[in-house]
Amino acid sequence: MSPLAVYVHWPFCKSKCPYCDFNSHVRERIDEARWRRALLAELAWWAEQTEGATVTSVFFGGGTPSLMAPETVAAILESVGRHWRHASDCEVTLEANPTSVEAARFAALRQAGVGRVSLGVQALDDAALKFLGRGHSAAEARTALDLARATFPRFSFDLIYARPGQTVASWERELAAALALAGDHLSLYQLTIEPGTAFAMSFARGDFALPDGDAAGALYEATQAVLESVGLPAYEISNHARPGQECRHNLAYWRGQDYLGVGPGAHGRLTSGPARFATRQRKAPETWLASVESVGHGTEDMVRLAPEERRSELAMMGLRLAEGVPRDRFFAATGLGFEDAFGARLAPLLEGGFLELDERALRATPAGRQCLNAVLGRLLA
Amino acid sequence: MTDLAHIRNFAIIAHIDHGKSTLADRLIERCGGLEAREMRAQVLDSMDIERERGITIKAQTVRLNYTAKNGEAYELNLMDTPGHVDFAYEVSRSLAACEGSLLVVDASQGVEAQTLANVYQAIDAGHEIVPVLNKIDLPAAEPQRVREQIEEVIGLDASGAVEISAKTGLNIDGVLEALVARLPPPQGDEAAPLKALLVDSWYDSYLGVVILVRVKDGTLKPGLKVRFMATGAAHAVERVGVFTPKAVQIPALGPGDIGFITAGIKTVADCKIGDTITEDRRPAAQPLPGFKPLQPVVFCGLFPADAADYDHLRDSLAKLRLNDASFEYEPETSAALGFGFRCGFLGLLHLEIIQERLAREFNLDLIPTAPSVVYHAHLTDGSMVTLHNPVDMPDPVKLDHMEEPWIKATILVPDEYLGSVLKLCEERRGVQKDLTYAGRRAMVVYRLPLNEVVFDFYDRLKSVSRGYASFDYQMDGYEPGDLVQMNILVNGDPVDALATIVHRSQAERRGRAMCERLKELIPRQLFLIAIQAAIGSRVIARETVKALRKDVLAKCYGGDVTRKRKLLEKQKEGRKRMRQFGKVEIPQSAFIAALKMGDE
Repeated sequence: MSPLAVYVHWPFCKSKCPYCDFNSHVRERIDEARWRRALLAELAWWAEQTEGATVTSVFFGGGTPSLMAPETVAAILESVGRHWRHASDCEVTLEANPTSVEAARFAALRQAGVGRVSLGVQALDDAALKFLGRGHSAAEARTALDLARATFPRFSFDLIYARPGQTVASWERELAAALALAGDHLSLYQLTIEPGTAFAMSFARGDFALPDGDAAGALYEATQAVLESVGLPAYEISNHARPGQECRHNLAYWRGQDYLGVGPGAHGRLTSGPARFATRQRKAPETWLASVESVGHGTEDMVRLAPEERRSELAMMGLRLAEGVPRDRFFAATGLGFEDAFGARLAPLLEGGFLELDERALRATPAGRQCLNAVLGRLLA
Repeated sequence: MTDLAHIRNFAIIAHIDHGKSTLADRLIERCGGLEAREMRAQVLDSMDIERERGITIKAQTVRLNYTAKNGEAYELNLMDTPGHVDFAYEVSRSLAACEGSLLVVDASQGVEAQTLANVYQAIDAGHEIVPVLNKIDLPAAEPQRVREQIEEVIGLDASGAVEISAKTGLNIDGVLEALVARLPPPQGDEAAPLKALLVDSWYDSYLGVVILVRVKDGTLKPGLKVRFMATGAAHAVERVGVFTPKAVQIPALGPGDIGFITAGIKTVADCKIGDTITEDRRPAAQPLPGFKPLQPVVFCGLFPADAADYDHLRDSLAKLRLNDASFEYEPETSAALGFGFRCGFLGLLHLEIIQERLAREFNLDLIPTAPSVVYHAHLTDGSMVTLHNPVDMPDPVKLDHMEEPWIKATILVPDEYLGSVLKLCEERRGVQKDLTYAGRRAMVVYRLPLNEVVFDFYDRLKSVSRGYASFDYQMDGYEPGDLVQMNILVNGDPVDALATIVHRSQAERRGRAMCERLKELIPRQLFLIAIQAAIGSRVIARETVKALRKDVLAKCYGGDVTRKRKLLEKQKEGRKRMRQFGKVEIPQSAFIAALKMGDE
């Protein structure tokens, strides 16, 4: 069986958050029936290209997929079940905003087949939520979390830290409050300023300042210490879980497994014999929709990856994981051992304590993960 | 050929912006050398750089035909000389081709240091000097004060100074009449064996090498076989002519004449400035006095910012040398900067001009290393080696002592900045020789080690005097000095491009400044970086670039893979410009910036 992770992108939001650079759009009206038909059509088209695969996870991302009608979610999941075999433990995750409106749909979403929700809580402080442009209050988030815990077998939520003015002490207090609400999974992201966002403009204007490299490092280190002490170690740079409760869908990205992208701007990686392809769907929602309606899919390109590109992707993604990149997986994809692939570049990184290499895998150490950009620069660039 | 009594050969001495080129333009216009439509501002400065900077690099001449008030026709040869100390030898040869000079002084500004050095050279050359007060039309003009200043500072009688405005053309005839009346005619013997002074030469793509000459004795004609006395080479003269300023061929150049010849010569390196041209069959017994081969005094490395430009740089240097034999180059390799050339120049301005021409005319992006002077390293075995690259410093065990070149610097500065200028000179190991006042300005003469001057003296002088100080210098011999090689080490490895030779008393200050600067310029990395300045094994300054604390993408999911991989691939380009020092990578840009910055 060849495992396949399926990603479905819902590109719409009620409002655009100032930090967000995802493919998300605000539209006054959405013809949901038409969008549902298009998503189903593209799913069917992809199913023809990936016959025989076994779906191991489905992930509804966005945008705000919790704004989809539960019937749309149900139709998509039903279609996935018709087109592919699926693993018995197939994970179905949906991203949701913790507003009261969306929480009201939890039961129907569960009914549709969603087994895991990932809530964009982002902060447990109303002033911070306002700064982040979120449409919910801390109290609403708590209510939504309670409901998620009661409704879904698994749930997770996101927090954004290293916000302006945040100290290690204030973050530790917020983390403690978060842990009281948490299940078996937490995503903790440091705030970064992405080009083209509203924050990029206001940050450039000097409206606010962010913790510098040293302060951000201190916040990151405090996060690791707290989460490890409560049994939620980082299995990836920003993702924490009790062992066995990792998000399987996201693991597929980091482990370099195959995944399918459905919907505007969705990316995929598909292996076919010795070749691996990078796929990309048309990004603008209306362009994608028109393409699906005329030719049955919105694929913009499908590019075969060169061997060194595959190597780079495996290392770049795999070293984000605490488990690192297993030798056998690297060899299977590249035909090379780490020593052959990276040569003399490894030694200073191993000696410096940023990487570790044994008979099973190449891993970034905690110090290496914390400076992974620089490590990857030295290893790959 | 004109009879000697009706020839006047003259140079113009002036500070930048005091109006030399404008006056030359007026003289050409008045004597009908060019039609009005052919005139453009500053006809003589033909290189862009010359025009922009208001300096003359190559000597040029113009023959002016002037009918004086006495009704007689005169041949006036204007010699436009390079106006900068870097070209002092060329200036001296140009002056040797003339019998007199116009000293042009801006009546609103007064005498400047550069004027002084050149006017003393003209006096040494035995010139009759006619002071000309220019810009007399300006409200700020103070002709009387400037006249007094000329008398006080230079010691010239300025009572007969001609007051003009080159810009408006006021009293240009006064200048021409003064030339006729006050300058001595040249002397020479038409029948004697040929003796002509090689004043300058340049490469012309149509004519080949064009040689500017001043005939002292004998006659130069097409077909004549001539011999260059210093190089020994013989050539047949092809063309003989004068500039009006257009090149015009004439049948012959006789005694007193200034003009040009071509003789099928391929490169200017074969034409040594100051050489004597004589007739091959009937040579002169003695060459003209004053010939000296040119010696570069300032060296620096020039490296292409992009290693792929190396061949282009080599070809460009070769092309420039076609026209400027006074700079030298040889291949140099640096661990920090790759392959490049070690180049020798006549001075700092010359260095700047060559660099600028390489950038502008050949479109080269260059990294120059810090300029170095030529040291004499005396070894314990009694031998002496000349040293123009700090990395060649001999082993201290074998070194007996070092000598460095000194200069005599003349600085003119308004009173209120005198204190800062003196402080600067003292900091730079200067020895005061003279301090006199001329009106509100002081004239300071200092002996200074050239090594302190090439560093950033000129920039500092401008900054401490708000641009009011003017500066000129002459080479003034070698003297022993306590000179040491200062290395900059990155995590213990010396960076060759940053090595310098400094006086022991300056080492700590410069070392600290360089370490601080590099600390600002080198980005934080995975590894801690120690930056040290050291003399031998003794560390005199140290800075640390802390290791990176955190540098990782917070989010990286399926949609990000391609974008992030492409970012990494882009980084590859950037890393090509990184230089490896042990585990540390230093961006080339940090070196460039470190080399560029002065001693703040």
